[in-house]
Amino acid sequence: MCFRCRTRSGATACGSGFGLTVLMVLLLAACHRENRKFEAPPGSDLAPTQVALNSLVAGQSSAQFREQQRHEYEDSAYHLSEGKRLFSYFNCTGCHAHGGGGSGPALMDDRWIYGGEIDQIYLTIVQGRPNGMPAFGGKIPSQQVWQLAAYVRSLGGYGPKAARPSRDDHLQIPAEQGKQDEPLRTAPAQTD
Amino acid sequence: MSVRDPSLDGEWLDEATTHARLEKTWSAAPGLWGWLTTLDHKRIGVRYIVTAFVFFALAGLLAFVMRLQLARAENHLVGPDLYNQLFTMHGSTMMFLFAVPIMEAIAVYLVPLMVGTRAIAFPRLLAFSYWIYLFGGMMLWIAFLLNVGPDAGWFAYTPLSGPQYSPGKRVDIWAQMITYTELSGIAVAICVIGTILKQRAPGMALNRMPLFVWAMLVMSFMVLFAMPSVMIASTFLIMDRLVGTHFYNPAEGGDSLLWQHLFWFFGHPEVYIIFIPALGMVSSIVATFARRPVFAYPLMVLALLATGLFAFGLWVHHMFATGLPRLGNSFYTAASMVISIPTGIQIFSWIATMWLGRPRFTTPLLFVVGFIVVFVVGGLTGVMLASVPLDLQLHDTYFVVGHFHYVLIGGAVFPLLGAVYYWFPKVTGRLLDERLGKLNFWLLFVGFNITFLPMHYLGLAGMPRRIYTYSAGLGWDGLNLLETGGAVLIALSMLLLAFNVVKSARGGAMAGANPWNADTLEWATPSPPPTFNFNHIPLATGSHPLWDAERLQVMRGLKLDERELVLTSVLDARPDLREPSVPPSIWPLLAAIAVGTMFLTSIFTPWAVVVGMVPIAITLTAWFWPKGRPEEEGER
Amino acid sequence: MHSALQALGVQAQHIEVVWRTMLWVCGVMYVLVIAFLIFAVSRHRRASDSVEPQNDSSQVRRMSIALGSWIGLMTIGLFGLALTSFLTDRALVHAADTPQVTLKITAHQWWWQVEYTDPDPSRRVRTANEIHLPAGAPVHLELASDDVIHSFWVPNLHGKRDMIPGRPAQFRLQPLRAGLYRGQCAEFCGLQHAHMALDVIVESPQDFAAWYERQLANPPAVTEARATRGHEVFMTSACNLCHAIAGTDASASVGPDLSHFAGRRTIAAGTLPNDPDNLRRWLENPQRVKPGNRMPVVTLERDDIDALVAYLGTLR
Repeated sequence: MCFRCRTRSGATACGSGFGLTVLMVLLLAACHRENRKFEAPPGSDLAPTQVALNSLVAGQSSAQFREQQRHEYEDSAYHLSEGKRLFSYFNCTGCHAHGGGGSGPALMDDRWIYGGEIDQIYLTIVQGRPNGMPAFGGKIPSQQVWQLAAYVRSLGGYGPKAARPSRDDHLQIPAEQGKQDEPLRTAPAQTD
Repeated sequence: MSVRDPSLDGEWLDEATTHARLEKTWSAAPGLWGWLTTLDHKRIGVRYIVTAFVFFALAGLLAFVMRLQLARAENHLVGPDLYNQLFTMHGSTMMFLFAVPIMEAIAVYLVPLMVGTRAIAFPRLLAFSYWIYLFGGMMLWIAFLLNVGPDAGWFAYTPLSGPQYSPGKRVDIWAQMITYTELSGIAVAICVIGTILKQRAPGMALNRMPLFVWAMLVMSFMVLFAMPSVMIASTFLIMDRLVGTHFYNPAEGGDSLLWQHLFWFFGHPEVYIIFIPALGMVSSIVATFARRPVFAYPLMVLALLATGLFAFGLWVHHMFATGLPRLGNSFYTAASMVISIPTGIQIFSWIATMWLGRPRFTTPLLFVVGFIVVFVVGGLTGVMLASVPLDLQLHDTYFVVGHFHYVLIGGAVFPLLGAVYYWFPKVTGRLLDERLGKLNFWLLFVGFNITFLPMHYLGLAGMPRRIYTYSAGLGWDGLNLLETGGAVLIALSMLLLAFNVVKSARGGAMAGANPWNADTLEWATPSPPPTFNFNHIPLATGSHPLWDAERLQVMRGLKLDERELVLTSVLDARPDLREPSVPPSIWPLLAAIAVGTMFLTSIFTPWAVVVGMVPIAITLTAWFWPKGRPEEEGER
Repeated sequence: MHSALQALGVQAQHIEVVWRTMLWVCGVMYVLVIAFLIFAVSRHRRASDSVEPQNDSSQVRRMSIALGSWIGLMTIGLFGLALTSFLTDRALVHAADTPQVTLKITAHQWWWQVEYTDPDPSRRVRTANEIHLPAGAPVHLELASDDVIHSFWVPNLHGKRDMIPGRPAQFRLQPLRAGLYRGQCAEFCGLQHAHMALDVIVESPQDFAAWYERQLANPPAVTEARATRGHEVFMTSACNLCHAIAGTDASASVGPDLSHFAGRRTIAAGTLPNDPDNLRRWLENPQRVKPGNRMPVVTLERDDIDALVAYLGTLR
């Protein structure tokens, strides 16, 4: 079809162009495709059964599970955005505002009373905590809790920047009404 | 300076020597380097055309999948997420990556030939625009293959496309693709305008210009005015999404309707940008095959100008359901109806030309007849949609889908295919097979009507647009299945076209310079034309240079050993200046890579804009670095 | 049938006049164009390769007169159509001037929140995805959106109106005859735009009043064992986090109000007919029925789902 190539520079330019295109398309298969799952894959309903305060746990390999859940939920813009929606739907903003905290602690900083890993936040939501955090276990389905946990982590600055949700289409809180001290946005305490 | 100067083209050198020396001066380097650096508008035009047709095929494939999904109620072939990406990609590819680029591509190839010049104006800008277009299209399609294709519709209404309701990079990629393709479109428009206004053959006054060239001129000006609107809209959208501005956030003083106004201020002229070049093609084909100049040339020119102008005053008819003030809406009803008058004049004029002439029904003319039959339906359903009360029922239903496919396929694709059959011999030197061509036409005509005519009824029967499935029992099933059947015929006709092109490019009948005995200047040079288009610049002594006189008159005196053009005055094309034309250059490609990279990475971080300026500055500086010219230093 | 061609409301009938006028006028214009084309192409003269010599001036003159007449005809035709359109538009503005029922419909992704307004707060009805209207009476609707742009469209009754966040719209309807109508969202609003339908039941004023009173009352008390268990499941599992049922402690407003769910014709905004089997399918996995919608998959025992189905069936 490339009559110009034929008469001028021969088939070389055309052929190499075509070959390059095919190679590139094949290479795309190695790329990571965005995945938006509307229902949880079977098995991720499982919750960790205990709060791990450090990563040394005899026998059980929870680090792998944690990595898997982090990768699944924190790297997905869709899940983070759902988490943000649920954060308003289930009135987390009532105590935590939009991350700055109020009667509940701030979620935008790097101080985690009960642990800041995604599975630890999951358990905090599901089990409730002393001094006012309700237990949502059995009320909020598991996938939604993972979405919320991933969103909370994104509030603290964890996880890929490109996946983080952006602003909402509602009234932004004026600066004067924000908290007195700026929430800390330092480097995360645990390695990512 | 001696009168018999062998470094100028003149009677003292035979044609073969003239040709050889011009060839040496104007051709690009051989091999890959030449392919990357060439500034020959014909090679770049062919590239554009091939790329645009590839996008056409890809978008058509998506449409076919959509039709398969809709063939049955509650079908599970494609889920909602993929379907939303399918129709967004179909619309965006067709509108941004196929329809406008193909029309501009044909202008790029033909306008310099038709106005009788050696090269297009601003050739490096043209090369740059092709690479930008290619990179933008590749970015969009690679994103789609990675499941990050946009899914908010080709029109991307906010707040759905805004930061809250479209998570991820999908819409960012769409918005940035707009930037690439609109930049490319504006660049080509500048090249075409420059060529038409300043590089016409001596004697080709504006009132002797072929209607095709008029159409391309109007289209290019429309591009200049319309594209910035969508670039602004998409820039605001990207800023809302990535930087946290509030252009479209009603809670903070923004407005969703701002998006709609900005988008449709572009979007309505956009469809006329696609349509008007097709009108130019139709004029060329009708004149050639009716063996007669088009009837009422001055009215035809005025009709083109009026259409181009009025097109900017219609956009609110896309927003009749949004609750804008009713009296204002009525103005747009009137405007949307008035624009059919210039088009009606043109339709009459072409039919009158055939009436008064002696039509020969080759494939191109067959496509023109098909265009009239199909497009006028679309135009009339457009008049229906112009009425506010009726539009309130028909807006966002399949009636509109039927309408715009009738005007776009009937009004742009049919003339485009006719143009392919008409100018293929000029581009390749070989004729396309006539029998296959006629079969191609009939398959498309029948398949198209089977697919899109029932949509008008479905819209009235309540079927909205952009739905991935529908409930059984609403009475929509049978017609949807029929439409899918029609889509199969359309696909077959396109395959037939591709087969015809491939087969004829190798073994078709040789065409010669003017196989149709047509009247415009592109037929005055061999097929395919040499790099420098014409041995000698032709003179346009009348409106139909190849019909008016026995032999074409030419002008002599341009340099043979340097790239040189004649610039003429805007209105009467009196020769004015001898202008050098730039030699091949790699800098447009490198600048396009720099700009394209900056656009792409700015989706991920605003710092990319700052950092990206450095390579852009470097490449642009190299591009514009002045080159000394021999005569500036010397004695001549 | 859900169709603009069956105009059973005052506004839709006005619009149908425009449609019929357009169809006739445009049809005639099209026939003229095609007739001209057919005559032009079928004038049997030898096709020739040589260029046609200039036609004699009388032919050209006649063609110019024809062109002038054509322009005149188009102008008159378009003017007539524009006038029809304009007059119909005025008629629509003045139709339904004294509404007897007022509703506020808020569109969400992908369901309709309905509230019948009344100066007395205790006489306000809240429901979802279904509206009842008295036949013959003008109705005023306030249309709003909670998230993205949706569009309210009941083709048998009127054209559509976009529901744009930040721009609430005032809309009038006047259904003429009792019957079952259907509306569907007509502005692309995301993943489940295709499954965002609305049931519109137009009934006699007496039936409407009776329905209204039933809606105001709490759903009947639950006595049957399985339904009681269903109520328990509703309150202890995820359901009451999003849905409200009048007369119980469930008062969340995130999802559709389920107080009188059993009286509705469809589930999930027209996605499935409302019967026990479909309801079971929906409760087991709403994501399979309507992928991407806001109701998550809640893992429940089979018996609990049956109990919920029984309970929801008592909410008349």
